[in-house]
Amino acid sequence: MSSEWPLWEVFIRGQHGLNHRHVGSLHAPDAEMAICNARDVYTRRNEGVSIWVVKSNEITASAPSEKGPLFEPSNSKIYRHPTFFDIPAEVGHM
Amino acid sequence: MYAQMVKAEGAKSREEMSEQERVFQDRIDRGEKIEPKEWMPEGYRKTLIRQIGQHAHSEIVGQLPEGNWITRAPTLERKAILLAKVQDEAGHGLYLYSAAETLGVSRDELLALLHNGKMKYSSIFNYPTLNWADIGTVGWLVDGAAIMNQVQLQKTSYGPYSRAMIRICKEESFHQRQGYDILLKMCLQGTHEQKEMAQDALNRFWYPSLMMFGPSDKDSVHSAQSMQWKIKINTNDELRQKFVDQTVPQAEYLGLTIPDPNLKWNEAKGGYDFSEPDWNEFFDVINGNGPCNVERMEARVTAWEDGAWFREGLMAHAKKQDARRAAARVAAE
Ligand SMILES: [Fe+2]
Ligand SMILES: [Fe+2]
Ligand SMILES: [Fe+2]
Repeated sequence: MSSEWPLWEVFIRGQHGLNHRHVGSLHAPDAEMAICNARDVYTRRNEGVSIWVVKSNEITASAPSEKGPLFEPSNSKIYRHPTFFDIPAEVGHM
Repeated sequence: MYAQMVKAEGAKSREEMSEQERVFQDRIDRGEKIEPKEWMPEGYRKTLIRQIGQHAHSEIVGQLPEGNWITRAPTLERKAILLAKVQDEAGHGLYLYSAAETLGVSRDELLALLHNGKMKYSSIFNYPTLNWADIGTVGWLVDGAAIMNQVQLQKTSYGPYSRAMIRICKEESFHQRQGYDILLKMCLQGTHEQKEMAQDALNRFWYPSLMMFGPSDKDSVHSAQSMQWKIKINTNDELRQKFVDQTVPQAEYLGLTIPDPNLKWNEAKGGYDFSEPDWNEFFDVINGNGPCNVERMEARVTAWEDGAWFREGLMAHAKKQDARRAAARVAAE
């Protein structure tokens, strides 16, 4: 028998108006059952108010080897952070 | 401990490492987490699969001795609590199987390895739970020992394993407390007979609980590489010592006696001296000859086989639904 249920990634929105966050994965035959199982596996202590599930093999991920080209360019752009600019104290809060 | 006998290779010195292995080791030394798709030595991957797999199997098989008492809990409240505890253990197993699967092994493969005896689970679950005092003692000692091990593993180098541990640790202290609470009631408010039951349970579970941390460091040849890779953070003996130091005052509060004539506070080391468990018994149980090994495996294999029609049925239904949706899309276009 090779009827292993497919793998799903589970995303949960916590109580406080946050984004859905990846919490883990599980096996289920279809999306409906994946939601049911996610309820039992990942929200036994009120961890969420909403669940997303998506089939793991439908997620496209960046490759670890692309880390440099993808993320290094922003290292040098420190002017994107407000602390780059010195604002005189007299000006007040800005 | 939940993974007591994980075979791994000896540690490599920097000179023996390839360039890639050195970069990998540096990342671990810096405290970086290793994530699923990143390069890792084959030995790291294999050892982790064995360790996380054993840990997952232990959570799942560990449901059996406690599940045994769900229908016989003394009150409805105790029953609901035990049910929730055992359900948590199922969850722990699932988090861990998922973590192992990120290393390229499938759930079905892992279960097959458990069912055919090629993968182990913790020796502790091969002991029977004879009465309600045993349920209290299991929560107190077995979950207590599990926590001792799992707390340090939150810092393990493999990202998915570490995250599973963090999640598990959040849920675990309820397990130990509900067990200790059972014993508090039996020992401080119960009858003489109930206190005797608690003492008898402690007598039977003490040494098997000490065995949960695995063989003594001097006989545990596989620790060095695992510690270098931060798959293991503390040694077996360090954890065992911590466990004893933590547990002795808890036993005293209950008015119970640890069944060890050599147990004595050692001022110099700031911990208790204590007797080692019988390691021959440990190896015997690990090798399949404990009181409940056969029963546990039978229960697991039966559950797996009896559930096959259901798993296959749901999969067939899902495929049919998919096909129907696809056909409807074509018709609409
Ligand atoms: Fe456990
Ligand atoms: Fe657990
Ligand atoms: Fe537990």
